[in-house]
Amino acid sequence: MDFGPYLLLASLEGAVGAAVLALTALGLSLVFGVMRIVNVAHGEFYMLGAVIAWWVTSMVGGHPALGFVAAMVVSPLIVGIAAAAAERLVLRRLDYDPEATIVATIGLLYVIQQLALSTYGADARPVAAPIDFRVQFPWFGYSGYKLCVIGASAVMMLAVWLVLTHTRVGLMMRATQHDPETARAFAIPVDRVYAGVFAIGAMLAALGAVLIVPIQQAHYLMGHDPLLLSFIVVIIGGLGSLRGTVLAAVIIGMSDGIISVFFSPTLAKILATLLVAFVLVWRPAGLFGARPA
Amino acid sequence: MSRAVGLHIAVLAGLALAQFTLPEYHHGNLARIMVLAAFASAYNITFGYAGMLSLGHAMFFGAGLYAAGLAAEFGGIAAPGGLVLGVIAGALMATVVGVLALRTTGVSFMIVTLMFAQAAFLTVLYFGEWTRGDEGFVIASDMRRVLGLDLADPATRYWAAFAVFGAVMLGSLAVARSSFGRVLAAIRENEERTRMLGYDVFRAKLMALAVSGAMAGAAGAAYALLFGYVGATFASIQYSILPLLWVLTGGAATVLGPFLGTLLMFYLIDVSSSFTTAHMMIVGFALIGLILFFPKGILGTLRERVVPWLP
Repeated sequence: MDFGPYLLLASLEGAVGAAVLALTALGLSLVFGVMRIVNVAHGEFYMLGAVIAWWVTSMVGGHPALGFVAAMVVSPLIVGIAAAAAERLVLRRLDYDPEATIVATIGLLYVIQQLALSTYGADARPVAAPIDFRVQFPWFGYSGYKLCVIGASAVMMLAVWLVLTHTRVGLMMRATQHDPETARAFAIPVDRVYAGVFAIGAMLAALGAVLIVPIQQAHYLMGHDPLLLSFIVVIIGGLGSLRGTVLAAVIIGMSDGIISVFFSPTLAKILATLLVAFVLVWRPAGLFGARPA
Repeated sequence: MSRAVGLHIAVLAGLALAQFTLPEYHHGNLARIMVLAAFASAYNITFGYAGMLSLGHAMFFGAGLYAAGLAAEFGGIAAPGGLVLGVIAGALMATVVGVLALRTTGVSFMIVTLMFAQAAFLTVLYFGEWTRGDEGFVIASDMRRVLGLDLADPATRYWAAFAVFGAVMLGSLAVARSSFGRVLAAIRENEERTRMLGYDVFRAKLMALAVSGAMAGAAGAAYALLFGYVGATFASIQYSILPLLWVLTGGAATVLGPFLGTLLMFYLIDVSSSFTTAHMMIVGFALIGLILFFPKGILGTLRERVVPWLP
């Protein structure tokens, strides 16, 4: 294959990665933006989403699409409930102290990982794609499902944006983000907003995982890389800035995909992590963030 | 001699004597615990006294581990030299990381240290030809000798672990009782006020990181040389989280807390492994439970209620 088509293939792979990364990182960014806490267990909510998706699709018989649609509904729902419970039982009692929250979510990470290992096991298991067709380019055929992932992710991000900017719930979230004290004075149930935001953040990660699971297999350790990449994206995009997060996810996801095709993936990751560390050192507000972190 | 110094010397004396009474299995465990406790004490300097939440200490432990391991494997440098190299590697790495990472504070500092540690871990994997990556390598037994004594021998190993832990613990005690330690505590309580009082906050934090890095490097080198194995696992994020757990359990900003925490968590996992393999669950619930109900840890709570003089 020539360089041109090869680059196109690498870009497509990068775009699929970027689409899922954007959804996952958006969840982390939302939680950080509104609640000012770092959720270290975010990658485990992603893993949980994938594992539940496998579980749902294996229960539902018939056409793979049936099971997949069921997974798209059930998986984020269960993950959202689990996240809301964790928020109620643990984070709220810590008063959202940033450092105590980090320690508690590290604990949560281990608990969820062990739960998955003990019930689901250490095997990686595939989920059948809901649709099966190939888009034929002049040089190679490409999975139609992967193209759908890009579209689905874009639609969901648009939905999040619409909810945030055009609904009452979104207004409450933005008000809480802006100033929790004043929001409370205006009778906004800040406590419930926090629980909701934490659940929505986890659900976005679960949705990203359901989308990716027909491409990658579900595995109990799969949350590690998305967590680090989401951190990277949220930082580069500017802590708390949703638009920056999506933009950074596209840049990081695309370049990660392209660099991994042409160079060693390990080297790509070393460069990416170092780059992020240096961005944070010199631009603590991130590349696109206006507010100081 | 104050009762604080007396207490610490009594603990060390107890540890020195314990080896003659302990059964073989616990004897071996205690040697391992002392080396890991040295690592936890190193973490305590930055997290406990200076209040910096780092998630990158595995890279300092790993620096010591690989400095000693690679020096033995490729340089033919035996145990005492390896330990010195480990201390230097840990301190150097901490200083370089500190100069960069200390431009940030709080959550950003945690993420920057995490990123640097991840880059260091991936670097170990990338140079797999020499480091053997995840699989790791075993240090040749003729490199594990000090003054003609074999470090693989349980008694020698215990004394060596005891020496490393004793040095680190007395170092921590010296830091805690010095004016430097008080400046660190002041930074932890209120960084702005400390700066306003005229202290060089950046310098104090960098010093704390360098001291912590040197101690962690010593622990890493000792771990490699005493137990003879060097692998990438010891540089992974798990080894940044474990010292946090140990210090939180025992009590942050107490000199004996890291040892107590390491001892308890080691045996909690050891005992529980006879009826469950769910170690991560125990670690997870321990972290959540501690931060919810005992944020000061065992000795921190004791100091608050019973023994206010505990350093």
